[in-house]
Amino acid sequence: MSADQNTDLKFTSPYTPNTKNDRAEMLKAIGVKTVDDLFRDIPENYLNPELKIPDAISEMELVQEMEELAGLNAVPGDYASFLGSGAYRHFIPSIVNRLALRSEFMTCYTPYQPEVSQGTLQAHFEFQSMVCQLTGMDVANAGMYDGSTALSEAVLMACRVTKKSAINVLDSVSPQYKEVLKTFLDAPGIKMDSLKDGMASSNESHACLIVQQPNYFGYFEDLTTLSDDIHKAGGLLIVLTDPISLGMYKTPADYGADIVVAEGQSLGISTSYGGPYVGLFACKQDYIRQMPGRIVGRTKDTNGETGYVLTLQTREQHIRRDRATSNICTSVGLIALMSTIYMISQGKQGLKHIANLCYQKAHYAAAQINDIQGYSVNLDRPFFKEFVISCPISPAKINKRLLSKKIIGGIDVSSQIKNGMLVCITETNSRQEIDSLVTALREISAEIGSDEK
Amino acid sequence: MDRSVAGRIGTTLPKLDVPVQDDPPKNLLRESLEMPELSESEIVRYLTQISTFNFSIDHNFYPLGSCTMKYNPKVNDDIAALPGFSEIHPLQEESTVQGALKLMHHLQNILADITGMAGTSLAPMAGAEGELAGMLMTRAYHQRNGDTKRTKILVPDSAHGTNPASAVMAGFEVISLNTDSKGNTDIEALKYVLSDEIAGFMLTQPSTLGLFDTNILEVVNMVRDVGGIIYGDGANLNALVGKLKPGDLGFDILHSNLHKTFTQPHGGGGPGAGAVMVSERILPFLPTPVIDRQIDKSNSEFYSFTRPEHTIGKMGAFHGNFGALVRAYAYIRTLGKQGVPKVSEDAVINANYIRTQLKGIYDLPYDRTCMHEVVFSARNLKRDYGVTALDVSKRLIDYGIHPPTMYFPLIVEEALMIEPTETESKETIDEFIDIMKKIAQEAEDDPGLLKEAPHNTPNTRLDEALAAREPDLRWNK
Repeated sequence: MSADQNTDLKFTSPYTPNTKNDRAEMLKAIGVKTVDDLFRDIPENYLNPELKIPDAISEMELVQEMEELAGLNAVPGDYASFLGSGAYRHFIPSIVNRLALRSEFMTCYTPYQPEVSQGTLQAHFEFQSMVCQLTGMDVANAGMYDGSTALSEAVLMACRVTKKSAINVLDSVSPQYKEVLKTFLDAPGIKMDSLKDGMASSNESHACLIVQQPNYFGYFEDLTTLSDDIHKAGGLLIVLTDPISLGMYKTPADYGADIVVAEGQSLGISTSYGGPYVGLFACKQDYIRQMPGRIVGRTKDTNGETGYVLTLQTREQHIRRDRATSNICTSVGLIALMSTIYMISQGKQGLKHIANLCYQKAHYAAAQINDIQGYSVNLDRPFFKEFVISCPISPAKINKRLLSKKIIGGIDVSSQIKNGMLVCITETNSRQEIDSLVTALREISAEIGSDEK
Repeated sequence: MDRSVAGRIGTTLPKLDVPVQDDPPKNLLRESLEMPELSESEIVRYLTQISTFNFSIDHNFYPLGSCTMKYNPKVNDDIAALPGFSEIHPLQEESTVQGALKLMHHLQNILADITGMAGTSLAPMAGAEGELAGMLMTRAYHQRNGDTKRTKILVPDSAHGTNPASAVMAGFEVISLNTDSKGNTDIEALKYVLSDEIAGFMLTQPSTLGLFDTNILEVVNMVRDVGGIIYGDGANLNALVGKLKPGDLGFDILHSNLHKTFTQPHGGGGPGAGAVMVSERILPFLPTPVIDRQIDKSNSEFYSFTRPEHTIGKMGAFHGNFGALVRAYAYIRTLGKQGVPKVSEDAVINANYIRTQLKGIYDLPYDRTCMHEVVFSARNLKRDYGVTALDVSKRLIDYGIHPPTMYFPLIVEEALMIEPTETESKETIDEFIDIMKKIAQEAEDDPGLLKEAPHNTPNTRLDEALAAREPDLRWNK
């Protein structure tokens, strides 16, 4: 039997420094002959299985192969893109990645040893603070996986707080998020009612009402009435919001929200095909001991100097196990840091300015599109940066034609709104892009007209 | 943020390039927004300065047990940042993201091969979410079979806290199972609790003691005989890659922390990725989406999303943490079939080398060959000199090394759980061993030195009790 029966000793990797000699010396010091002597606890018949994965490649070949794969994707930016629906293109200042990718931030663990983690801890404290400033809430945690799981955890928390096991969801909440809710709520047996526009109202069985503001279709809900409705029924108001909108619009707290959650991706995180993102989670002071996730607190060291630690950890799984508020452990620390840098960088003036750019451009686009024969947009109801176009034919067909004109159109929401296309305009969409969309839609409308003739 | 000066800006934005539109309704607008006002250079200095207060794997050895703090290849970060990956939108049509889908499909197959499973879903966004997915699949499987009385999940007392927490989120009752004196599953205890009410067993292999359960086949058979599902927590997969496929042993479900074994940098607490691999009978229950590959008549391939027949549903808004998936795929491609077994072999050699060199200096509660990590106890130092695992850990910081995991697993008194990983050289490990010996000597000669450690960090030991008693969780403005 060779010393290393399963390992090709001619193979070396830059990520495994032990040489053949190192291994021999260490095995000798351990007091075994072969490396497989260390794997004797594994049933012998199962040791050293055949692997079918491909052979090793060099760094250069890897880069070439990955560039090739990346090249198969159509990149918004090369195209004019009008996709939103929970993931948004916003301009990301250089310092966001330049700072976040520093080894000290990128390659450290969860800050369980506070004396050597003050950088991460202090940044998380800034994050929590700015999430509170933005949402108007009292306290925030250091982030959840994404907006949809933040929402699911908010519901579980509302059920714990109110000791109820049914919830009410306004039907204009994102269908993707409702699907995630279903995954999280089925097992604990939480019943999900759907509240259609003014059709029914919350009742005493409801732990909470979920409202998306602006809603999935981009429009503003009457939060004042909805807030009264759920609070009279003895439930909590959960608001799912868009942090960019909060640069200019009233906060959920202004309407009496008890828990606020959001997808934080638009705060300086690239769309990255859906993740990693960061879920924002904030609530009223009264509920902090029911919150899920990590929380950073400010304290003193033995010399009386200010420092930061993970706190209220008795809520968490590593202490409380089966009675924890959530199972969440590794979350999205680095992404929370990126959004922290983004928020500091945009600051007081920038966040307002971005919100205004989105508003102005979206309203310009909506008005132009509404003027095209065959298309209409509801311009009477207030909206922010997304809106629904009622198209003359199915949005899927239109999108196909748009793609050939180097335009990525909006989301097909025709299952909810007849021939509805949900589009999003941010500050990254130039007037030229918007005008090209308008022109293309007009051309497509004319093409359909002539096709039908 | 107490550094703001009114009027300063951190970045610039373009002017409005469309005609000014009507104002939004006044009643919808907020009155004020108090956020930082700093110049770019101030922001860069502030964050650069606080970053240096962090210890990181790029800085030095990070033997944090159960956390697999291995070196993360830099090229993978560059690859994940390619615009073709980082700029694509999750709701683009499939035809416009074939490269992304192809990568995900390859990764599904690779992970299934490495773990010996029939299929993979990349949807869960962290290890604990993978566990939740695993528990929900266990539940869905039994319910599909009309087997509704299975309400209990077995979890060893050595397990990570996420295990019982995930089982409860999936609606199960948790039965805690003892570990025997050798560190294996207590077979007698297992016999006692097995019944037709058991939905499954959450098994971490090797366990958090760093030990491979020598009763594994018996345990698997016993649980399967009563109709239970074997759920493998892949937190410690770094000990097994290329050496053992858990699927071969009869595991039905396994999650893998791609951020541990397959090098997504930890980022101060994430992002992670918690892919789940399953056996044939669990395939229909996988979280959605799963990527499928079709070949059309012209022999060209097309990758698309599929929804498993009885899927437990979506784990997040989109398709998982794609950025982490890109890195995991790149890492495995670089190692290939030659390098993957070397990962676990070197991880296991390094851990056993530490075990044998520090044995007798620190107590070794389970004195047998370990896998990728070794659990010592500082109880001897506590008994003799009043020095605790916490004191030893904090003293390591003075020597420029990150502390091991302390006080876990819970069943080991004064636990010091050490995981060196395969990316450390013999010289680094030797240096660590010397320092650990020196610290044990210091415990005898000058225990105060350990009690007051660390000495050279931005803060001395912090008052965690104060933080919890009087929560101060934000700045106000």
